[in-house]
Formats: sequence, C-alpha cells, structure tokens
Amino acid sequence: MERLLFEMSKEGKSAYSIPPLDVDDIEVEKVIPKNILRSKKIGLPSLSEVDISRHYTRLSRMNYGVDVGIYPLGSCTMKYNPKLGEDISRMGGFTSLHPFLPERAVQGALAVMYELGEALKKITGMDAITLQPAAGAHGELTGMLIIRAYHNSKGRRPTRVLIPDSAHGTNPASATIAGFKTEQTPSDERGRIDIKALEKQLDEDVAGMMVTNPNTLGLFENDMPEVARLLHNVDALLYYDGANLNAIMGKTNPGLMGCDIVHLNLHKTFATPHGGGGPGSGPVCVTERLREFLPVPIVERDGDGFRFDYDLKNTIGKVGSFFGNFGVFLKALAYILSMGDEGIKRVSEDAVLNANYLRKRLTGVYDIPYNYVCMHEFVASGRNLEKYGVRTVDVAKRLIDYGMHPPTVYFPLIVDEALMIEPTETEGLDSLEAFADALIKIAEEAKENPDILHNAPINAPVGRLDETKAAKELDVVYTEDVGGD
Amino acid sequence: MRYLSLSDEDRRKILQVIGINDIDELFQQAGVKGSIEIGLGEKMSEPAVWSHFERLQSMCNDELVCFLGGGAYDHYIPRVIDHIIGRVEFYSSYTPYQPELSQGTLQSIYEYQTMVSKLTGMEVSNASMYDGATALAEAILMAQRIKGKRTKVLLPETLNPLYKKVVNTYTSGMELEKVWIPFNGETGYIDVDSLSEHLDENVLCCVFQSPNFFGIIERDMEELIEVIHQSGGLAIVSTNPISLGLLRAPGDMGADIVVCEGQPLGLSLSFGGPYLGVFASRREYIRRMPGRLIARTVDVNGRRGFVMTLQAREQHIRREKATSNICTNQQLCALATAVYMATLGDGGIREVARQSFAKTEYLKKELKRAGFSLPYSGITFNEFVVDLGKKAKKVVDVALNSSYAVGIALSDYMDGVENHLLVAVTEKRTKVEMDKMVSILKEA
Repeated sequence: MERLLFEMSKEGKSAYSIPPLDVDDIEVEKVIPKNILRSKKIGLPSLSEVDISRHYTRLSRMNYGVDVGIYPLGSCTMKYNPKLGEDISRMGGFTSLHPFLPERAVQGALAVMYELGEALKKITGMDAITLQPAAGAHGELTGMLIIRAYHNSKGRRPTRVLIPDSAHGTNPASATIAGFKTEQTPSDERGRIDIKALEKQLDEDVAGMMVTNPNTLGLFENDMPEVARLLHNVDALLYYDGANLNAIMGKTNPGLMGCDIVHLNLHKTFATPHGGGGPGSGPVCVTERLREFLPVPIVERDGDGFRFDYDLKNTIGKVGSFFGNFGVFLKALAYILSMGDEGIKRVSEDAVLNANYLRKRLTGVYDIPYNYVCMHEFVASGRNLEKYGVRTVDVAKRLIDYGMHPPTVYFPLIVDEALMIEPTETEGLDSLEAFADALIKIAEEAKENPDILHNAPINAPVGRLDETKAAKELDVVYTEDVGGD
Repeated sequence: MRYLSLSDEDRRKILQVIGINDIDELFQQAGVKGSIEIGLGEKMSEPAVWSHFERLQSMCNDELVCFLGGGAYDHYIPRVIDHIIGRVEFYSSYTPYQPELSQGTLQSIYEYQTMVSKLTGMEVSNASMYDGATALAEAILMAQRIKGKRTKVLLPETLNPLYKKVVNTYTSGMELEKVWIPFNGETGYIDVDSLSEHLDENVLCCVFQSPNFFGIIERDMEELIEVIHQSGGLAIVSTNPISLGLLRAPGDMGADIVVCEGQPLGLSLSFGGPYLGVFASRREYIRRMPGRLIARTVDVNGRRGFVMTLQAREQHIRREKATSNICTNQQLCALATAVYMATLGDGGIREVARQSFAKTEYLKKELKRAGFSLPYSGITFNEFVVDLGKKAKKVVDVALNSSYAVGIALSDYMDGVENHLLVAVTEKRTKVEMDKMVSILKEA
C-alpha cells in the first residue's frame, strides 16, 4: 500500500522554486476586497521533490501498461506507443505555442494538422476533416450534431437514430446529448446487422444510423453499401464509428462502404497512448456535402502556407476551446509517416492474423458464439465454465496472476459472460502463445480447483476490491479525520 | 517495420494454425474483398521522421515572449512533472476498468480529486473533462438534470467567446433558452440589475466567469450567487485555478458547480491541447455528475484500494440514459496537474498567484504611465484590457517581428473594440520583458 500524498505531508517541506519577484510587491489587501480574498489554507500537501518523485514512481509500479505486456482489451486497440512520437510531442517548438498566436507564427503547427488531416482522409476515403474532438465519444457527439444540422438545413427534424445492439455505450449516449431518440437494430444469426429488421425501422423520421465496422463481435459488416443505400433512400445519414478501424486499413475504407461521417480514435488506431484514460483524439471525417457543417476552424492550404478557415456556411460551431489535442496529432502523424502505405496495411493484416490465431487456439476451450473468421478481435464466452461455479470475471482476475492484463469482459451485451479479445498487431507470436496457454490453463484450473479462480488475483498490489462499499460510502475526497489503515 | 512484432515465419505459422493459405484468403473469408492503395507514400526511417518534425517546428515562432492568455497561460512547469507522466506504466495504460492492475492511476486520481476539491472549495471532483469550455458546457447539462423542467440559462457577455461557442454547440440539441447578461461598461463587472431582471422560477442556472474574459474578478460573487439561489437556480462558476491561490474559493461563496481550464496547473501550451477540464460540485449532486469518479475502498483482505465508482451513471452501463457520453477523458493531464499541485503546495500556488498579480499590476501601471488607458476599472487578476489608441490587430502583428506576443486583439471576438488588446502576465514574465513590452506598444 502506498501512502497518500496527504499522509506523507509535513509542514515546512516544499518542492517548488521560482525566482523572487522583480517588481514592487503589492499589498494585495489594498487592491482586492477582503470578501473575495482567500483567508483559509488550501490544504495541499507539503512535500520535497524527492517525496513526490518516489511516491509517483511507486504508484506507477502498481499500474500495468502496454510496455509491461499484452493488453488485449477488445475494441480498445491497446497497441504499442512508439517512443519517437513521445519525444516529438515534447519538442519545444510545439509545446511553447500559444493557441492565440497569429497564423503566421504557427505555420509549422498548421502544417502538422494539415498533413495529418490529409492522411486520415486518405485512410478513411472521406473528403473533409476536423481534428477538434478530444476523444472518440466527443467525435460521436460532433458527428451527431452534424447530422442534426444537416437535416435542419433542409428544414427537416427527424428524431430517431438507429444503433445496432452490439454497439458501444457511447453511441446511444452521444446521440441522446445531440437531442435524438435512439432505437436498437438487432443483429442476425451471423452476428451482423439484420437488414430485414433495419428495412422495417426505416422511415422519414430516421436521422441516421451509427455503425461500428468491424462490429464489436469482430465481424465485418459486409452489407454496408446496402445499409447506406437504404438509409440514403430516406435521406438518413450513415455514421461510421472508427473504434475498430485497425482491422481494415489498406483493405477497404468507410468511404467505399457508403458512410457519410466517420470518427477516428487516434489513441487506438494510430498508436498514441491511452494515458490511463486520455488524452485521446477523435477526428471526424465527412463527405464533401457535409463539409459546411464541420466545427470551425479547419485547416486549409493557402499558397505555400496554411490558414484556418472559419467560414463554413452551416458550421455546428465549436466542440472544444481550441483546435483539439494537438500534442496527440504529433504522435499520430509521426506514426503514420513511419508506417507508410505498406506499413499501415501490414498493421491491419497482422492485427487480423493475431486475433484469428487466438480464436483458433481457444476454440473448444471457451465458447465462441459467433465462431467465424474474425477481423482484429473476437468474443469468447466463459459460460461453459459456469458449471464449475466459475464466471468470466474469475477468468479475468486469474489472468492477472499470470502477469497479463485481462480482455474486455461482459461486453458486448449480446454475448453472455463475454470475453472480448483484441491482441493488436504489436504482439509477437511468443506473447500470443503465452496468452493462449494461460487462458487454456485457467480453463483447466476452473475444472480442477475453481477456488484458485475465485480467490484471484493474489499476485497483484491488491486483491478484489469491495465496489459495494465504495459506492455506499462514496469516499471520493480524502479528509484527514477518516480512520482506517 | 519497427512497431510490428511478427516475423515472416510467425505469419506463416499463424496461417497454418488458422488453416488458411494466405492473407488475402483470410480477409476474404472474413468478408473483406480486395485491397486499396491508400496513398500515404513510402515508410520513413526514425531519423527521417525526426528531421521532418524538426523542419515543421522551425516553421513556428517558438522563442516568443508571451503575454497571451484568454484561457491558456504561460506558467513555469516544474521539470519533475514530465518525468512522472513519462512513466510508461502511467501513459501506456488504459482507463482503469481492472482496478487490481490500475492502483497507480486510481490512487493518483483520488489524490487529484482531493486537491481539486480543496482548491475550489467544493466537496467532490470528477476525474477530468476535456477542457475548460467543455467542462462548462457539461456543467450546464448537469444543472439541467438537477433542475428538471426549468429551461432558462443565464450567461455573462464577458464569458470567454470560445466558451460561448462551445456552450452553444453543446446545448444546440436541447430546449434551452440562453440569456446573455450584459456588463457594466465602466467596471467590466456583470450588470447586477440586468441579472436581477431575468430572474424567475424558470432559471435553471447562472454561469459566472471570474476572472472573466477581460481578466476582471467579480467583486460581488457571494451576493451574485445568493441572488441566483433565491430564484431556485444553480450557480456555476468558471475560474482560473491559479487565481485560487490568492482568491477565495468559489465553494466558500456558495457555488454549486465549479469548472476550470486546468492548463495553468502545469500543462504546456501545446497549441491548445491536450488540456484539462476541471469539474467539481457539491456532494448532494454527485449522482448527477458527468465523467468518471474514483472512490476509496478495501480489498478482500481489508487493504486500502481504489476503484471507479457510481459507474451506473456512465455510458458503458447506462447507455442512452447516462449522465454524459464521456469515456476517454484527459487522465494523463489530470496526473500532470496533480503533480503540479503537490509540487507547489499551498505556498507555491499562492506565490505563483501573488507574483502573477503583482506583475500584472506593474504592467498596468507602466502602461498608464506611458499614456495608454485601461477601459475597465474592475479588479483584475493576471489579465487586463488596454486601449492602444490604434488598431490592436496591427500592433500584434508588428510586435511579432520583435518576438513579442503582446496580447489578443479583441476585435476578432467582439465589435467596436478595434483598439483593445487583452494582455496576460504570469510569474514567468520579467520586469525587463514588461518594460520592453511597453516600449513596443508605444512604438508600434
């Protein structure tokens, strides 16, 4: 257990050092009325830099990252984060740029945004792009607002957005914030969108449909052109959730599928780190007819240089303070340049190879409800272990004892006891073999001695945590008078 | 291919295990036919990529003396921060859905939440939003969840214009009536009479920004919040976290939700991102909060540990009924600001705030002495408006030639203020730089 910063604090210690004031000091009390001046302590800890550095280093050792080992979270694309991008994002010429600088002072930064935008347009087969959204869900919200603005510009007010039952939770949440009602489209027995059911749902009140392809079962939706045609017949738009783009690069693209709007996750597909939950980046690409609805500004070429274009006729406005997570753009562009056409295509090939390897190795050991050739991920189920009193959560926790991060569990919702596995292309065969061996061993343990699984993990900084207590007591802020260890 | 780990032999072995002849057949069986030419060109070596970015970097004016603010400030960043957020165990990890493998992230967020609560004077904080503007927009959406049928949102005209745009975009799908409250043209404070006129039982919330876009601190904040509460609405305060080293915390003055742009707390300017949306509220509203929350608990052996809590508010459980669609937030930025707050402590934050304030007052004094006028008399923190008596946009452009970013020309954001320049001063600016700045403004 690592002590909290506040428990380590000792009055009189300090870790900051700035030069002394070089102008006349001001008696603050004479300028600012007392009623708005701070009179109480803040209550931040007093520590030396040594204390702080050691504290966070010890905390970091209680964390698991991609640099520690396989991180096969389905639909999260936890691939290796190249160090080149990390260093480029720290170049002083970029980190010191204030977002209010005039365009002529930031030509290099605009060039970065332009080059990245062009590359992403090529990869997705789309015509225009905004880099402003800060994350995937932020991109979804942007896309939904574009759909709303598109219909409004035609004097229409359709109210429903269709979402397959295998979709991520962010999809319905984003559509709702944009003011739409959401409606589920069922999957058919092949785990794909049920086209017949979709046809029945479609009418003039449908604003659009959000589709993840490959879907969260790791299966390719090969009826996309037909889905697009059906939607376009009622002037509804097709939205492509790019969470799983890692599977198809250089093979096909959302443009060829007939999609109108695409969001990408640079922190998945383009190897920028996930940061323990961000910062990510969720650019949104659209077809030419939707360009006028993008948030402003977008970057355009201007002779030999670049400029911001604020003049989009029906822009939805702004979805973030400035231009997006610029630091993440640098890493994504460095990655794309490093890979080139051939490398990007290889990424998808290896991702698909790796997922199918694991699917094959685990067939017969775990249930695989939709056991077809998959794309970059697949969904297994722990329900065949239920007879031993073992659940998927137990399998996941036991993997921790083998020194590996568990897959996504209990998602997608349409598979019971789901284990959603996405190894990514950056895992080598040794790593895949070890992961498959561990899962096979765990299935044997489940039969022979299920308590090993129930008691797992034992080789982690903490054992299973009491989430009920956490939600009941809601101790979300440390107060000194709280007892306990 | 330096980021791929399969050898050609591995690929063949895998195809064998799968029972498929080649890659094309694999994709075909998965339903994907053919392949496409992307057009990205040849792959580049590591040194070639590095050189490419060095060239792009050289196309920016990076050695500027920065008097720009408007929501992003050039504060000193202690070196230790980058070393900590550069730990691979932190930056290469996912959202902490598996708490046993994420105690580092989880404990650091719990500590972050605690420090944010202390700084803002609020009872609870979430784990972060995208930036200051989206945090404000989400605060308004949260107020709507709390206040049910009320639909009127009051906002000050002195709100940062970029925040105005984001709020408008975020609420465009909602049936909300937005009323913009004017400001006193002499002081720059919010116009209290106008605010009072708009108060009724339909007021959902009122947003206050202090310091506001002109850098002015709302002097009567406590009374303003009281007035809103009397109407039954919620008070949302958007502030600069560094200012709270000197100024009374909004929580102490009755605010219901406090949001900040977290960038001043140890994040580099980085052309506008990644930044951090700080989001804190009163405890009674915790179930209506957007975003992730970390709570302390115990493990099976009674050891202290941390977990994500109240996940039933979130999109991955609640889907269309979630309190927000946010999933990925700005975790590593939150970690950086936590390290910043821990490094500075009470004394450091107070010192940074005090120096920024004193230097701002110095520059104001020197500008007045040089014959410039300051159009608003309200109290300022680290930013103020100066009337240059000539076109500010032109002056900004000319000053750039002397490697000075002298401020933001307000004519880009409002009408009738062609000569107004918004100037920010942090503890990093020196007397020499400020004196030079005055002479540049005079000569431009």
